[in-house]
Amino acid sequence: MVRLITHNLLACHAKGCTTNNFPLQFKDVSIELREAEFNPEFLKGFMPRIEWKALVDAARQLGDTTLPSEMPEMVDDEFLKNLHHALLEVHVEEGAMVCPNCNHVYPVSNGIPNMLLAEHEIA
Amino acid sequence: MIPTPDLSHLKKTDYDNVYEPAEDTFLLLDALEEDAEELKAMQPRLCLEVGSGSGCVSSFMGSILGAATSLYLTTDINSFASRCTSRTGTQNKIPIDSVTTSLVSSLLPRIQRAVDVLIFNPPYVPTYTSEAQEAQDGRDIRGAWAGGINGMQVTDMLLEHVEDLLSSNGRFYLVAVKENNISELQQRMRQQYDLESKIVLQRKAGREHLHVIRFSRS
Ligand SMILES: C[S@@+](CC[C@H](N)C(=O)[O-])C[C@H]1O[C@@H](n2cnc3c(N)ncnc32)[C@H](O)[C@@H]1O
Repeated sequence: MVRLITHNLLACHAKGCTTNNFPLQFKDVSIELREAEFNPEFLKGFMPRIEWKALVDAARQLGDTTLPSEMPEMVDDEFLKNLHHALLEVHVEEGAMVCPNCNHVYPVSNGIPNMLLAEHEIA
Repeated sequence: MIPTPDLSHLKKTDYDNVYEPAEDTFLLLDALEEDAEELKAMQPRLCLEVGSGSGCVSSFMGSILGAATSLYLTTDINSFASRCTSRTGTQNKIPIDSVTTSLVSSLLPRIQRAVDVLIFNPPYVPTYTSEAQEAQDGRDIRGAWAGGINGMQVTDMLLEHVEDLLSSNGRFYLVAVKENNISELQQRMRQQYDLESKIVLQRKAGREHLHVIRFSRS
């Protein structure tokens, strides 16, 4: 599944591509929304591992504008519900992710990103 | 007893392309089940399985910890395996985020010191180097077992990153066979990376003497 939680962990790893290689940009994506079990403890525990700006930008790119530009210091239930939805319920099913630096295209099919590189592209 | 994941959706045609759970898989499940209480107490937020194959192991982790307790992230070099892993998650109501990649490529920079439970049941069978290399390049089912010299060619590539990946109380479960020179491997991880380890289970299955080793920071 490419949910935004996973998108937030993926960077381009093509040969020589070491700066500005994160976050990958979505291209021609189709999205499905699927309900997931809400666990505030998980969200709070995972928050320190999130690159906030990358998440907010990705969510906006997919039409979800509920997240604040800065990660809030105090979290309330409404914020956690929005975070839950953005991170865990939006599934990118088809399309691609493109490196903002080298333009390498990583296809997504059946909800699975293919991050493999051809031999000459491996660092 | 934690039930073994439901794999009834996987057919013979899937196993033509993807490793079918076998004794090594089941030993790993048994090791995780033995540690179930400790694992729950850790409250892991990120579990990462490298080489997830059918997805049986990560689904099992999900049933131990709970579907919404952790992110279950998996990688496999074989895209058929990634697809089976994802389907097995769905079948067992565990959301698994499956990625097709080699080891932790494309993830490593973002998950440093963030992985609470790392799992790898690698291709551990000793083969010629060329056979392991062809299997890796082919990205197909041969990569499920072909392990090169001492069966360590693929495992060694992940071992380099384990210390980088584990969170402060993170742990790493590795399947190995006798031919992998287990005590040498344990010593190397202690000397180079200060990672302690323990053999949590071992079992003879046919010609294979299987082990599950658990590593953690000392
Ligand atoms: C022995 S099978 C284990 C499958 C499953 N985890 C299990 O326990 O049944 C090894 C798996 O590692 C995968 N693999 C081999 N080389 C890999 C690599 N470089 N990166 C990621 N996965 C790899 C294979 O495709 C295969 O699915």
